[in-house]
Amino acid sequence: MSPRPGFVLDVDRTTPPVLFHHGEQLKLERLPADRSRIVYPAEPLPALRDPDAAILAALLEPIDSEPLPSLLRPGMKLTIAFDDVSLPLPPMQRPDLRQRIIEAVLDLAAAAGVDDVVLVAALALHRRMTEAELRHALGDRVYDAFAPHGLLTQHDAEDPDALLFIGETDRGEEVEINRRAAESDLIVYVNINLVAMDGGHKSTATGLSSYRSLRHHHNVATMRHSRSFMDQESSALHSSNWRMGKVLRDAGIKVFQIETTVNTDTYGADGPLAVLQKREWEWTGRDRATFLAMQKGLDAMPTRLRRKIFHSWRSPYGLTSVQAGEIEAVHKVTTEHVYRQHLVPVEGQTDVVTMGLPYISPYNVDSIMNPILVMCLGLGYFFNLYRGKPVVREGGVLIMSHPTPWEFHPVHHPSYIDFFEEVLADTTDPVEIGERYEERYATDEWYRHLYRTSHAYHGVHPFYMWYWGSHALEHLGDVIVVGGDPRAVRRLGFRPASTLQDALEMASDTVGRQPTITHLHNPPLLMADVT
Amino acid sequence: MRALTIDRKLARLAAARLAGAVLPGSGAAVGPLTLRDVDVPELPAPDWLRVRPRLAGICGSDLATVDGRSSRWFEPIVSFPFTPGHEVVGDLDDGTRVVVEPVLGCAARGHDPLCAACAAGDLGRCGHLAGGTLAPGLQTGFCCDTGGGWAVAMVAHPSQVHAVPDALSDEDAVLVEPTACALHAALAAEVTGDDTVLVIGAGTLGLLVTAALHRHSRPRRLLVVAKHPEQRALASELGADELLDPDATRRGARRATGSLSIGEGASLRLAGGVDVVLDCVGSAETIADALAVVRPGGRVVLVGMPAPSRLDLTPLWQREVSLIGAYAYGTEHRLPGSPRTFDAAMALVADAGLGRLVSATYPLDRHVAAIEHAAAAGARGAVKVAFDLRHEKERDRL
Repeated sequence: MSPRPGFVLDVDRTTPPVLFHHGEQLKLERLPADRSRIVYPAEPLPALRDPDAAILAALLEPIDSEPLPSLLRPGMKLTIAFDDVSLPLPPMQRPDLRQRIIEAVLDLAAAAGVDDVVLVAALALHRRMTEAELRHALGDRVYDAFAPHGLLTQHDAEDPDALLFIGETDRGEEVEINRRAAESDLIVYVNINLVAMDGGHKSTATGLSSYRSLRHHHNVATMRHSRSFMDQESSALHSSNWRMGKVLRDAGIKVFQIETTVNTDTYGADGPLAVLQKREWEWTGRDRATFLAMQKGLDAMPTRLRRKIFHSWRSPYGLTSVQAGEIEAVHKVTTEHVYRQHLVPVEGQTDVVTMGLPYISPYNVDSIMNPILVMCLGLGYFFNLYRGKPVVREGGVLIMSHPTPWEFHPVHHPSYIDFFEEVLADTTDPVEIGERYEERYATDEWYRHLYRTSHAYHGVHPFYMWYWGSHALEHLGDVIVVGGDPRAVRRLGFRPASTLQDALEMASDTVGRQPTITHLHNPPLLMADVT
Repeated sequence: MRALTIDRKLARLAAARLAGAVLPGSGAAVGPLTLRDVDVPELPAPDWLRVRPRLAGICGSDLATVDGRSSRWFEPIVSFPFTPGHEVVGDLDDGTRVVVEPVLGCAARGHDPLCAACAAGDLGRCGHLAGGTLAPGLQTGFCCDTGGGWAVAMVAHPSQVHAVPDALSDEDAVLVEPTACALHAALAAEVTGDDTVLVIGAGTLGLLVTAALHRHSRPRRLLVVAKHPEQRALASELGADELLDPDATRRGARRATGSLSIGEGASLRLAGGVDVVLDCVGSAETIADALAVVRPGGRVVLVGMPAPSRLDLTPLWQREVSLIGAYAYGTEHRLPGSPRTFDAAMALVADAGLGRLVSATYPLDRHVAAIEHAAAAGARGAVKVAFDLRHEKERDRL
């Protein structure tokens, strides 16, 4: 039976309570009948039967490019860049796609007699990956062959000797990327395109760049002119990256782009979390019992244990496509595949959008979802998972469910702590935040040191998280967090509510007594195609 | 006349110490402080003056005494029974409204000649400290011969009184003494316009130090550790550039200085740090914080009366930090014209409108509530709590 597409369910009195993720907990909530609807994601698309064969085919028959073997020659300098720990979410079961692809590329390189090969984790300003994370992404064979010889590197956006200024776009945007990559005869970039935002010129122009470059598009103006940043055609973020990509191309930097798409098989067809991927009215008695046991068990656990359990989950995603070659041509095909899996047609906007935020975002893998990341996941990522127009109307209300603990990972997010204590205590206005605080955080020597030598996100990173939500902040009339730490929620500038019913009651201040409500049943991921 | 007095009764001191350890300020109910009728203090010498207090503040050192947790350092330099109260605005018999400069230096004690410090106007550093014609007592309010402000009447040497301009309210005037302490400390810190300065604590003393630094030193950046919302608001009004939470002092100082840091949590300390710290709390924790965040070669000024503490002074040695005390007042040689601290403080009180820091006043009858309020001032949204003697019945009969 072919997978069913995503769809919109109108809630009536027979509709069972709907699943809300709530960090490392789960809730069932009943939505008001006759004025609520639920956007369900599509079921996972079929996976390619032989991923390794598909990968090899993509390398040998690329799009708008010579086959990879003909680009390889003895004596050349080859750099293989790959997406970091922020993709995919949750991490995938072994073997990771990066491992499969890089092993295939290395086999071809070896056959061609290429012996100057360096691997680069394209961190941009993200934290450095741990050895375990690198081993997971690349496999032990690749790790052991490269890491001991210093040939497995992690991009350091604060090492002036490891960066090369390439030039400026026609709008004055500075382009500076990893020197080793820029000076290579060929860059092979290995992507996992989880959502439509990923890939294209953004891979190299962002993943291998520096603050000097990133600040030109990671800012409030760009984010507010990206409607949304998940829709490349309407995204100022992508336009800027594409201009930078042109600068790289004109400078003679050659990139062989490899992009992959995976299906939404996040929790598996069976196993303990499978029920989270089913539609509630199709739950069997066993599903209900499983869910209730899991829900009660999680509620009774200490937070640390819950967190450990969820973060150890590895998703059984299936590879749905792999394409390689020229960046823009490849990305066009990739985007079609992403849309095929994620897009769900939605008619008209709503007064209130609700969402249950899960335990993970791109920036808290094996870490804590701190309040700033809660904001970013809700108002940055989930709000922007639309094409056309936002699911919620301008002036509407966003209600998200998450515990929002006043808690930070001290190693991963040191500048987040200061951002929360200092900046948000002063203002939540993204423009003012950028003008008054960004430069100091971006150039702070201590954050720089921790980014380079520990496993810390760059000092400026929490600013980007806040900017990610700036379109939503401008668009929305109110934001309410259900079940969050009231102090933390207020520090974010939002309103805390104990229950969803309280939140809906509070929303009536903004949208009246009988608002229309749309719940995004996400994850597994979906992208609303709003007409 | 009615006066609050403190007797040297060891059982009551022990009870106060126990009660105060559980709930600060509760030593007032069980400890050595009692309200009773006493004789009006006699004039120690013909030139002494009688002062009828109008307002008398409750200071941190008073609270320590009431709760039985004062340092034993003071034992030889106080005399029992004494009436507390050294932040005093009152009336002389001729109707002149005055504030009392409580340090009992050579002039008040009848030493002739004056010691070198008193001759230079630095009364806080008096080389005699005790002796002369008075019983021991480092200040009015700790001496059995002078009485103190927590009574209907007390006595003062002419060198101790400063006339209050009409423009100052009683509330302004009762803040002159703590403002003088704060000003003296702020100047002792030798802050320059290039310095980043951290003030720990935003009770009365911390807020007044903030105001003094803002007016007289203008540091490049002034950070203030403030716990309670009212304190935070006032600190901002009085000149703080940035407010830090007490449990984030080290992190906030690091952030403000862009310094590298070492360690985490309680062991976190800065590689660089702020230039000057003024500790207006004086606990082992705050002194440790100060030593953790001051830069090598920097200065830590103890402004608040320190409690007996166990401290690791390794950072003092390893980072060549100067740890200095700032006690009382005298003459401010660092200010143009070398004014008396009290005169400069009076100007600061007027300019900054510091009388607004008086949050509550109590009659002597309600001294237990007053002390408890003062001990929990920050949490209750208050700053300075004072006794109001203006409506005491005996006042006009004396």
